[in-house]
Amino acid sequence: MKTVAEIEALLAEVKDPEIPVISLRELGVLRDIQVEDGRVEVTITPTYTGCPAMDVMRLGVEKALRKAGVGNFRVRQVLSPAWTTDWISEEGKQKLLAYGIAPPPHSSDVRTLTGKGPAIACPQCGSSDTVLVSHFGSTACKALYKCNTCKEPFDLFKCH
Amino acid sequence: MMTREEALYRFALRMGDNALVLSHRLSQWCGHGPVLEEDMAQTNIALDLIGQARNYLTYAGELEGKGRDEDDLAYLRTDREYTNVQLVELPNGDYAFTIARSFLFDAFHLPLLKAMASGKDERLKAIAEKAVKEVTYHLRHSSEWLVRFGDGTDESHRRAQAALDELWRFTGELFEADEAEQALAKDGTIPALADLRKEWNATVDRVLGEATLKRPDDGHMAHGGKRGVHTEHLGHMLAEMQVLQRAHPGAEW
Ligand SMILES: [Zn+2]
Repeated sequence: MKTVAEIEALLAEVKDPEIPVISLRELGVLRDIQVEDGRVEVTITPTYTGCPAMDVMRLGVEKALRKAGVGNFRVRQVLSPAWTTDWISEEGKQKLLAYGIAPPPHSSDVRTLTGKGPAIACPQCGSSDTVLVSHFGSTACKALYKCNTCKEPFDLFKCH
Repeated sequence: MMTREEALYRFALRMGDNALVLSHRLSQWCGHGPVLEEDMAQTNIALDLIGQARNYLTYAGELEGKGRDEDDLAYLRTDREYTNVQLVELPNGDYAFTIARSFLFDAFHLPLLKAMASGKDERLKAIAEKAVKEVTYHLRHSSEWLVRFGDGTDESHRRAQAALDELWRFTGELFEADEAEQALAKDGTIPALADLRKEWNATVDRVLGEATLKRPDDGHMAHGGKRGVHTEHLGHMLAEMQVLQRAHPGAEW
């Protein structure tokens, strides 16, 4: 029988299929793990309501559990409290940056919601001379930016 | 007198239908957007809305208690059984028309969701709490483009104004509460729709002002969508949207 810590360790291998460097825990999608009488319950929450990666994430959790010999489990999806980018861990943010995605600003910075947010630093060269191209990028969670210094386009994990 | 369950069912269905129909319309821009960024924006917004529609329709199916799931409700109902407002079913037209249609709806949708997020039904609350964040971006997107068109060239201004003039008569229905909406507003599950008009007016006046567009006069208002009476366009849209499930019931891939 596995403990919560063991389940947690094996689920650390389950990554976001669209950003395969960050785990569900680091992304804040994995909300809770309970083990009771040998039954495992994993709670996940979607990033965006229509995020097509959610089904793949759920399958990833189920696969990882089965692979570790856990048969008695349930993956539960909850909507509330609603996921926020503030739940992405510091480690997760560093991984996003290393992957070439600018991490999200904190949601309490209201200016980011009104579009008058702080300058976003280019993940390639670090320049803050960047400009928003579109609020909607390659996936639901990203916005498209362009760096005026190194001329490279890049994604921002947008504040949510 | 309608039971609370029945009122919740009808309202969840309405919210689901509004989101699904607008989502499908926006998805029709996929591969046809005026620029690549807008193609992606509209498909992202469509994706948010279809996610919301799935949540509402799943809930509606459970409330109805006849074993219908989200897919049954989306693909196996006729236009007369759809209860969305007529505004969202209108064909895309040019890009100014699509943007103006989204703007008029988003400006209503956002305050409605905000109020629902503090309402009395846990399930609707959870769906709304999440959707608020998404629709905040939708309203920002449609507002910015309406300003760009209105305060742009003579041609873009002319088209944006024509779109508003054409769409205006479909805005009245947004604020007309049916029996279910009245019942739910009474017990604090949802806001009274008429009360949302103030914020809608403020948003519309602010954005139209910035866009140098003229607010059309209130004249005859179209309605009927909420009780299944639609424009001729919805049937055509559903025929295309539903053809696969109608031809091959239960098909999966
Ligand atoms: Zn750069």
